[in-house]
Amino acid sequence: MAVVYFGALALLLVSAFWYLDPATNTIVRSLSFKNFADLIGQPVFRTIVLRTLVVAVAVTIVDGIIAFPIAYYMARVAGPRVRAALFMAVLLPLWASYLVRVYAWSVILSENGFLSSVLNLIGLGGLSSVFGVSDVSMTVVFCYLWLPYMILPLYAGLERIPQSFFDASADLGAGAATTFRRVVLPLALPALVAGSIFTFSLTLGDYITPQLTSNSRFIGTSIAESVGVAGNVPFAAALSLVPIAIIAVYVLVARRLGAFEAL
Amino acid sequence: MTTTDIREAPGIGRQTEPSTGVAEAVRLVGVSKRFGDVEAVAGIDLAVHDGEFFSMLGPSGSGKTTTLRMIAGFELPSAGRVILHGRDVTNQAPFERDVNTVFQDYALFPHMNVADNVGYGLMVRKVPKARRAERVAEALRMVRLEGFEKRRPSQLSGGQRQRVALARALINRPRVLLLDEPLGALDLKLRQEMQLELKAIQLEVGITFIYVTHDQEEALTMSDRLAVFNQGRIEQIGSPADVYERPDTAFVAGFVGTSNLLSGAAAEAIIGRSGTFTVRPEKIRLADDEASIDPDECSALGRIRGVVYLGPDTRYQVALDAGGELMVTQQNLRTSSMEALATRGKAVRLIWKRQHNLPVEE
Repeated sequence: MAVVYFGALALLLVSAFWYLDPATNTIVRSLSFKNFADLIGQPVFRTIVLRTLVVAVAVTIVDGIIAFPIAYYMARVAGPRVRAALFMAVLLPLWASYLVRVYAWSVILSENGFLSSVLNLIGLGGLSSVFGVSDVSMTVVFCYLWLPYMILPLYAGLERIPQSFFDASADLGAGAATTFRRVVLPLALPALVAGSIFTFSLTLGDYITPQLTSNSRFIGTSIAESVGVAGNVPFAAALSLVPIAIIAVYVLVARRLGAFEAL
Repeated sequence: MTTTDIREAPGIGRQTEPSTGVAEAVRLVGVSKRFGDVEAVAGIDLAVHDGEFFSMLGPSGSGKTTTLRMIAGFELPSAGRVILHGRDVTNQAPFERDVNTVFQDYALFPHMNVADNVGYGLMVRKVPKARRAERVAEALRMVRLEGFEKRRPSQLSGGQRQRVALARALINRPRVLLLDEPLGALDLKLRQEMQLELKAIQLEVGITFIYVTHDQEEALTMSDRLAVFNQGRIEQIGSPADVYERPDTAFVAGFVGTSNLLSGAAAEAIIGRSGTFTVRPEKIRLADDEASIDPDECSALGRIRGVVYLGPDTRYQVALDAGGELMVTQQNLRTSSMEALATRGKAVRLIWKRQHNLPVEE
């Protein structure tokens, strides 16, 4: 298993330094930095990488903000029954196919879809132009898709904080807001970072949702095009090293913040 | 906020504690607490004097910790009122009460160093940084942890964590300090040291300590007065000597010391009165069965069934001919362990002074 896995990764790394001869359309297996020069030199790729990063960061932040109160409620407020019901609500979507869920959302968000009817009904019809086939729609769908992966580690992190910490903070004169800022948030931070690894890296690597919900190209869609349309495997390999590098840095930072102890 | 002066508060005449004229730190009036179907605290009345070391002693599940949490404000009573220094605080939040708590698990914040933990109460109250550092140093000096400011709780031993928790609770200068089995996690030797130290700190700062424990020896060692809890009720309140030498009930006799009960036919035969009596094991003398008895003494014949050699003392378990069983503790003044252990199975006479027969409620 390890040989297959690391062998494939090594081959990917090596093939990134080959190049496609445009004249003969064949792969030349000799060392070259042509792919990386193209990546840096052509503005379109910079835009794609930047767009992918911005969406991944936005999805992570939005999911963090949505997941925190849900996870907090599940971990520290809800009784056992409500907690079980919420767990089902969080986990159930994971049983349905990813594709079905993305298609369902693209129908909801489409130009004459459910959302725009609702917006028209409440007199906010102007807002529907934001959705439809757009980067906003794509971000919304990503947020929906990866929300469980943020809620679950956060739940575990918040559940682990002993009740006596809340009691001690209140006992020493802190109101709920101060306790949250000084005790809960710092102690939940590793769990938050752990969840963000999922939301960030899953968004960064996705290539289906952007195709179905937006006209913009993502790193993933560009890789798929390079392989499928252009047959330029070396360039696809070079392009795929970009998210790998970004995630590697992200994971290293996350480890410093204690995210792996929180998982 | 429902702050009522105690003189205007209704129902204050119901308290069972006699008014002593001493200033009161805490008064509980008919306080009870239900958790679903379970009645954890079943209507207790209690007055703690200002400046005393007061213990709440009882087995686990007797309601002592719940009572403490209601004084702190972590739990709201189902019924009754909590009065601190004459002010009704029944419905006030913990941070509105002039009490602080030392938790059983210490509850030190793991993401803060010792100084930030101890200074937390001051930080929350927006005390300026320089003043905070001074007070933190002062508090750490009191618990003999100078120079530990920058350590993390995870780098401290159990005893040191205990001291940090104490310093943190005292830094707001509360009028009442609540301690929830604070020594439970420490080993015996350290626990005994900390008992003396806690008592010394209490005398130094002169504030009221309310101390929850299930360890009767701890309660007897440290307290000015103690309350013995059983099944959500208070069985007895008094000084350690009162509770030990004059237990009101069979439960108190058994929990504070060894249950040495004589009742029914055995009591009539040995003591000559009906009822239930307790005799402390160290008050009984072991003699051979022909020993003479003074008029102010009573005696019982029996057979030694078990011997436990404890070093300074030996504990004998004696089955009485009249029925029942008594524990007898004898100092090993002249007895060696061999001699003590060799007495198993012997017929003996137990002799003790009549004044040491303590009538208790069953």
